[in-house]
Amino acid sequence: MTTIQTSMPGVGKVIPKSSAWDRLRVNRNWLALWFMLPAAAFLLLFLAYPLFLGVWMSFTDDRIGRGGVFVGLENYEWLRDDSIFWLSVFNTLLYTLVASAIKFAVGLYLALLLNRHMPFKALIRAAVLIPFIVPTVLSAIAFWWIYDSQFSIISWSLIKMGLIDHNINFLGDSNWARASVIFANIWRGVPFVAITLLAGLQTVSPSLYEAATLDGATSWQRFRFITYPLLTPIIAVVMTFSVLFTFTDFQLIWALTRGGPVNATHLMATLSYQRGILSGRLGEGAAIATAMIPFLLAAIAISWFGMQRRKWQQGTDND
Amino acid sequence: MTDHAVDHRTAVAPTVEKDDHSEGMAYLESVPRRIVTLYIPLFIIVVILLFPFYWMALTSIKPDEQLIDMERFNPFWVIKPTFKHIQKLLFETNYPQWLWNTMYVAAASTFLSIVASVLAAYAIVRLRFRGAETVGALIFMAYLVPPSILFIPLASVIQAYGLFDSPLSLILVYPTLLIPFSTWLLMGYFKTIPFELEECALIDGASRWQILVKIVIPLAVPGLISAFIFSFTLCWNEFIYALTFLQSTQNKTVPVAIVNEFVDGDIYKWGSLMAGALVGSLPLVILYAFFVEHYVSAMTGAVKE
Repeated sequence: MTTIQTSMPGVGKVIPKSSAWDRLRVNRNWLALWFMLPAAAFLLLFLAYPLFLGVWMSFTDDRIGRGGVFVGLENYEWLRDDSIFWLSVFNTLLYTLVASAIKFAVGLYLALLLNRHMPFKALIRAAVLIPFIVPTVLSAIAFWWIYDSQFSIISWSLIKMGLIDHNINFLGDSNWARASVIFANIWRGVPFVAITLLAGLQTVSPSLYEAATLDGATSWQRFRFITYPLLTPIIAVVMTFSVLFTFTDFQLIWALTRGGPVNATHLMATLSYQRGILSGRLGEGAAIATAMIPFLLAAIAISWFGMQRRKWQQGTDND
Repeated sequence: MTDHAVDHRTAVAPTVEKDDHSEGMAYLESVPRRIVTLYIPLFIIVVILLFPFYWMALTSIKPDEQLIDMERFNPFWVIKPTFKHIQKLLFETNYPQWLWNTMYVAAASTFLSIVASVLAAYAIVRLRFRGAETVGALIFMAYLVPPSILFIPLASVIQAYGLFDSPLSLILVYPTLLIPFSTWLLMGYFKTIPFELEECALIDGASRWQILVKIVIPLAVPGLISAFIFSFTLCWNEFIYALTFLQSTQNKTVPVAIVNEFVDGDIYKWGSLMAGALVGSLPLVILYAFFVEHYVSAMTGAVKE
């Protein structure tokens, strides 16, 4: 009854709007439940449940083909004394840190270049993103061929230029293999970082730069005191995603080296696959996967911090 | 951003070009300076980014003897290109089947995810039920859970449901990668649709379902295309689930099949391997070429929201 009264003309400008919502408030929660159901079903069945199941499995001695029993921390104790596991942790951290740092530097540089005025800008921007479109495994296969020990085009070119006198064993030597997979990862990640940062750069008003230039700011000062602070929140988010995907990378390594030579490029994800699926020790594989979670939580915390800061800069209701 | 424009004016005299159509302060830059600070670095980066594709395409049409003889033939070019590798790929292997599997799985799971995401995004943004914000945050969190920590428990879930080695397993699992992203993207689009339109429809007696189908979805078509393109690409690219869940050769998707079925130690494998990678990438690149703007807005939208 009250809704009819308030929706009568002349009562006020704001009230009719809330009244339309009022009438549905009674059943809105139920309606929303039906709307949320398909998405919730997928996410609960195939994401939330496996996430907890994975943590549980890491406390069991599950194997493929037979159920496991609870063994407490045995898997983790086993891993603690396993030098290959620690090597994979080291590899993962090295891979993530080096690749992310270079992706950020090159990506930001590329974004700044693409933000300038030039002919065929749209075409160049579209071409830059292609490495991100093509499935990672397929481009990794191309890199495999480029890194071939006998017919590598890089070795061939360097020999022709007289810089080296024999082929580089890109994927056969530990350090070369690490450098090679990191390069391939950077190659794939730079377009993502560059294009998302470019989107952030395009929101920065040119008048800020003009004002700063009139005040005598150098190009470095313009970058440091205008571009960088305005870009910080989006940098935080983009780099969190980049770090997250690099840290949990699997396909690039699996297509290029499968963890070799002598485990030098094994990441935690590839080791988890090898132990869990190929060797069939599901419990141990799950323990390695679970060991990645603390790192992921740290990355998510940083992302959250970045988002809060963005809200603070733009006002809370600008979402 | 015009680097080094003003402060180095004494070093390089600025030529203010009237015919230059660039905006902002770009006119303060001289042509040689632009070449050094812009065109050369950009050219180098673009060449590095595109070289593997050139190499892929070149190798897939190169006759075998030119592939391994790098002394007599310049490896950067091809004489008498051959379609032997591509022909072998399409008519002597299961490649068409793999391509079909990939497309079928990607299309089905993308469709499922978009339907679920539209409903979820509409409920979160417009129904504003109790706890809507929490649900939105949880969905964002789901976006951050990587497949690498889920594939082992998921393998046993799939086994328990009897879906092992079936494309259906991928169709059901891929939406967990796509829904968080698409929901987040569509929430952004739905927020831009004015409330007033829905209020008018409500007053005219439309149900929520009618509003969604007749007002919200038609207005959010660009967002739907973005979500579709991005999700489809993501499915095509997915590897670890497909590798874990699929066993038999004829069920595999292109990325898994390329890694497992072509690697036979043959010195001449490279031609067909590169042809396989090229043919597997082309559909996505063509799709991308038509919808570049949608793709970019999907990618940046999900990050900016």
